[in-house]
Amino acid sequence: MKKFTSYPYIIWSVIFIIFPLLLVLLYGITIPSKTSFFGFKLSIENFQRFCEPIYLRVLWKSVWLAILSTLICLIIGYPFSMILAKSSLKRRNKFVLLIVIPMWMNFLLRTYSWMTILGKNGIINNFLRIIGLPALDLLYNDGAVILGMVYNFLPFMILPIYTVLTKMNRNILEVAEDLGANRFVIFSKIVFPLSLPGVISGITMVFMPAVSTFVISKLLGGGQYWLIGNLVEEQFLRINDWHFGSAIALILMIVILFAMAIMNKYEDKEDRGVGLW
Amino acid sequence: MKKSFIVLIFILFLITIMTGCGEEKAQLYVYNWGDYIDEDVLDEFEEEYNVEVVYETYPTNEEMYVKINQGGTKYDVAIPSDYMIEKMIKEDLLHKIDMNNIENYDNVADRFKNLDFDPDNEYSVPYMWGTVGILYNEKMVDEEVNSWNILWDEEYDDEILMLDSQRDSFAIALKKLGYSINTNNEEELEEAKDELIKQKDLVLAYVGDEGKDMMVREEAALSVAWSGDATYLMEENENLNYVIPKKGSNLWYDNMVIPKTSENKELAEKFIDFMTRPDIALKNTEYIGYSTPNKKAMEELDEELRNNSVAYPSEEEVINSEVFLDPGEFLKVYDRLWTEVKAHQ
Repeated sequence: MKKFTSYPYIIWSVIFIIFPLLLVLLYGITIPSKTSFFGFKLSIENFQRFCEPIYLRVLWKSVWLAILSTLICLIIGYPFSMILAKSSLKRRNKFVLLIVIPMWMNFLLRTYSWMTILGKNGIINNFLRIIGLPALDLLYNDGAVILGMVYNFLPFMILPIYTVLTKMNRNILEVAEDLGANRFVIFSKIVFPLSLPGVISGITMVFMPAVSTFVISKLLGGGQYWLIGNLVEEQFLRINDWHFGSAIALILMIVILFAMAIMNKYEDKEDRGVGLW
Repeated sequence: MKKSFIVLIFILFLITIMTGCGEEKAQLYVYNWGDYIDEDVLDEFEEEYNVEVVYETYPTNEEMYVKINQGGTKYDVAIPSDYMIEKMIKEDLLHKIDMNNIENYDNVADRFKNLDFDPDNEYSVPYMWGTVGILYNEKMVDEEVNSWNILWDEEYDDEILMLDSQRDSFAIALKKLGYSINTNNEEELEEAKDELIKQKDLVLAYVGDEGKDMMVREEAALSVAWSGDATYLMEENENLNYVIPKKGSNLWYDNMVIPKTSENKELAEKFIDFMTRPDIALKNTEYIGYSTPNKKAMEELDEELRNNSVAYPSEEEVINSEVFLDPGEFLKVYDRLWTEVKAHQ
């Protein structure tokens, strides 16, 4: 019975996951060649090219910005999830709705609107001018890109942590209180360790889209600002070098796998799967 | 009871007929640059020929090329520029157009026919033409603008917008250095790359169509712009002005073509003919602000626009300007160097 029901999923993943991945791999390890029968030949040239400092700097910058925005999401998201988990059921549902509603709007639209807020003659700078302060350069820099990532990905951090926190057994906390633990000890010894699975799903779910984004860096970084996602996009859409593009995509996948492996090490084995996935 | 039953049957019958109509309508896939047509014209075409136009846009020639070349699309009409048409002809991506079906072809002025990229004019029908130049805000730029050098002037740090397009960016750097925009010399191109990297710190953003809005809102002082956009933007904000640098620039022609992806060549030809009809060409030109190669439409054009030196520059102004040629295999060098420019931090 189990076998039967799993067939559609297996077919689905072969067609839409495994086959495309193999294609990316094939493109990544080949270069175009006129003499060969298939039109391409095996080569590690793409990877060698990526090792040039110019591309490594782009990779490093993407990883660094993704780490920063993940951390910021965690710092903002964790306390928020705690407040959420502690409030009454009615308020809680309202808050969750408030977090989720912006996600119903198109992601591009939300990012574009930041451009009009942060621009030289945007809302913030106009306000500063009215109260007599000098205008600031808010758009097209690291800060704007990080802001865009935090703004867009914060719900992915809040929701899994919140889910874990609400499922936590209140009795444990009461026992700890009865035994004389203060609030700090309760948090550091009980609440935080127990919420770790949620934190870890949150981190992975923010880090992954952040490290591979190309829209946020393009709109809020102004096109002269490249992250690894932009490098891949450009190779596919404009330069038409799918081989180099696939190689970069493979390297990006390795980076993400590596990050997830580190995360898994910290994950509490028994509580696995308490988060969103 | 009986009456209402008949009415019901009648309504069902009508619905069947109407949905039948919807399905039979032929579809025409038009692939054009963003902001480059008066969309009313598309509606008129739909009405006149009882077809449905599926309209999609692209921001650069390169993107259009990749999408058509990789397949999986069924565009009937596209509007690439000169060098891209040359490349697409070479790579056998275009259908020959039967000029007998383009009755309005005679309306196109002779100087736009048989240009180098399509010598016998078998594959393309002129749509618009223009130049690349510097659009600047007189309020923010005091000096006289007549050279590309101003885009490298540190005084305008974070006030400069460049086009996010590889050919155009390299053309500017090459012209600044005094080289041809069609150079096949790798050293010259490397030099141009160094110039672009040097300039990067001063550039506020590399933009596509969003740059136009930024110039109107005065978010930047200087921008590289196409002449037609400049005409339009100067109407929106009177502080804006447009110049073609003395050292020369890029003179370009955008022509309508029928890619091999087309499944309905006949309808595509009808569309091209329609767009070349004087009244339609006029309407379209007045709306988008670009320069029409259609002499009949030109005659009808508002005098102010006809005498506008931005849209219709004198020979003298464009004497140093060149038309792009397809770099062929050398394109790989362009691609590599452009990636390096964009990846540079």
